[in-house]
Amino acid sequence: MDYWRKSPKVFWSFGIPPTIWLFAFFLAPLFLVWGLSFGEKQGIVEVAITGTLENYSRAVQPLYLQIFLKSFWYAGLTTFFCLVISFPVALAITFAPERWKPILLLLVILPFWTNLLIRTYALIAVLRTNGYLNDLLELIWLSADSGLRILGLGDWDLFGERFNRFELLYNNFAVVYGLVYVHLPFMVLPLYAALDRMDRSYIEASLDLGAGQWRTFRSVIVPLAFPGIISGVIITFIPALGSYLTPDLLGGTDSQMIANVIERQFKSANDWPFGAALSFLLMYLTFFALAVRALLTRHNGKGLT
Amino acid sequence: MADRPVILQIKQVVKNFGNVYAVNGVNLNIHEGEFFALLGPSGCGKTTLLRMLAGFEFPSEGSIKIDGKETRDIPPNQRPVNMVFQSYAVFPHMTVFDNVAYGLKVAKTPREEVKKRVQDALALVKLDGYDLRKPDQLSGGQRQRVALARALVKRPRVLLLDEPLSALDAKLREAMQLELVKLQKAVGITFVIVTHDQDEALSMADRIAVMENGVVRQVAPPGELYESPNCRFVADFIGRMNLFSGIVEGQEDGSKLVVSTELLGKLTIPHIEKLSGKLHLAVRPEKLRISSEILPSAHFSFPGEVDAVVYHGSESHVYLKTDAGPLLCATLTNLSRSSVRPEKGERLWIGWAPEDTLVLSE
Repeated sequence: MDYWRKSPKVFWSFGIPPTIWLFAFFLAPLFLVWGLSFGEKQGIVEVAITGTLENYSRAVQPLYLQIFLKSFWYAGLTTFFCLVISFPVALAITFAPERWKPILLLLVILPFWTNLLIRTYALIAVLRTNGYLNDLLELIWLSADSGLRILGLGDWDLFGERFNRFELLYNNFAVVYGLVYVHLPFMVLPLYAALDRMDRSYIEASLDLGAGQWRTFRSVIVPLAFPGIISGVIITFIPALGSYLTPDLLGGTDSQMIANVIERQFKSANDWPFGAALSFLLMYLTFFALAVRALLTRHNGKGLT
Repeated sequence: MADRPVILQIKQVVKNFGNVYAVNGVNLNIHEGEFFALLGPSGCGKTTLLRMLAGFEFPSEGSIKIDGKETRDIPPNQRPVNMVFQSYAVFPHMTVFDNVAYGLKVAKTPREEVKKRVQDALALVKLDGYDLRKPDQLSGGQRQRVALARALVKRPRVLLLDEPLSALDAKLREAMQLELVKLQKAVGITFVIVTHDQDEALSMADRIAVMENGVVRQVAPPGELYESPNCRFVADFIGRMNLFSGIVEGQEDGSKLVVSTELLGKLTIPHIEKLSGKLHLAVRPEKLRISSEILPSAHFSFPGEVDAVVYHGSESHVYLKTDAGPLLCATLTNLSRSSVRPEKGERLWIGWAPEDTLVLSE
């Protein structure tokens, strides 16, 4: 692919605008924030870049480290649940009849077409104390209770005297639930891509050699889908780690993640240098995750198609 | 072979995908220790039939018995057959040893026995010392040997091979043909091979079933298939053939058939069976003789002009346009380095002995 050498004008006229765009709106602001992270607040709006490392030393204080750790824990839990839920889904789509596949994939992608905020509010409508999930549970409780009454066991109150609505919102459960819901497609798609291009004869060979379905899944399908699993884990984990909206809307007072803390530095706390330092710390950790992925796929992905 | 017990009994097997009949009423008996080939053009149903033997497809109708046992409800992982896949399907994430050991480990074979049997199987396919290689460090031929060893190590009653040599280059393919036959005789396991390559089937198999459109056309040993095909399709599919159609005029002496052909006139052919109506006559190119003079009176002989000479190394194909019309092909063996071949435009006589004529029904 060196045909561009023959017509460099075309190449540059296509290449320069996006390059300028990237510099002006991505690299330059990023560099500014990086610079800010070595600065000191000098007034309400003034910041002096003094090269201090104080922002970073503040960022690794136990209070903030704990939030980093919690963010990792939530993102990890989210990734885990996404993987467990997505693998059967991706397998099912892979083995679905050819004409169903586009429809099933569309169903997976469909949530992307709705605004995240609206989806989150919809989730609130489902999960809140007088939301649909509790309504449904109450309906089940009522019918079970009236069933007992018909049987003459009503006075015993076997299921409790009355239905107590569950507090499903504004806690850590709601945050992870919301994160899993938001990130599922990120996991399903790379898994599907890996499984769909896998040669079916590997599965048939495994069955032919006497392995059952479960053994085949464990010893053949999962190892061969490993590059897809790694991709799915990374592209689920990274955005989950930086989640802002979901913990903000669904979480309680103790379920804020690192992005919520960063937001507060830039807004209510008005401490841009510290916010910048936190942002870059998060970015370094993300790079670290990517480096781990590169190592893992180089080690295991060799010879896999 | 026929005296050996039947190991695979295929009875009235039909497989349809909606309106498409991939296999349409196949009956076959394959005997123990036999090297059996399913031969046919692509789409003839041979692979579908093989996949039904392995258990990856289920017959829509009919029955398949392995060792006298109906297989309808037996899943692939419980059948006493193993398969060598066209793509080999050697697991890329396992070493050669782990690939071959997979089927034994699944069956919970003791570790020591696994080790021994895997080594034996690798020695059998001449891959000793390759245990720790990964498949991406092997050539295509070696990967195929791994696939073979992996299937044979399970000691199957029947080994199924799906176009096993199609991905190899010509030289290696020929060597593997020989080796497969030797291997089969050595282990004594029944082999059923699917191929679209007639050379492969003729050179390896004890018996061949020629399939067309989901139906078996003829089952015979290679020699019989080549010299006495039972229909036009088999005659045309196996090897090269000069074919013409004719109508039976009558019978002579009870052992001769008089056939009038459209272009070559009346031909009297030795044939015992009584026939009437339309039929096909066929003669193999190597049975044709060309000469500068008319052939001896016992032969059919037609004058004509050389249309083309195609050189194939060991032999040349001479296409001769007879004055009567048909284009006939004769094979000339290039017996010596200085063999003189006819040239285009040369006028020659072409003919053959009547007893080399094949009489084929529609």
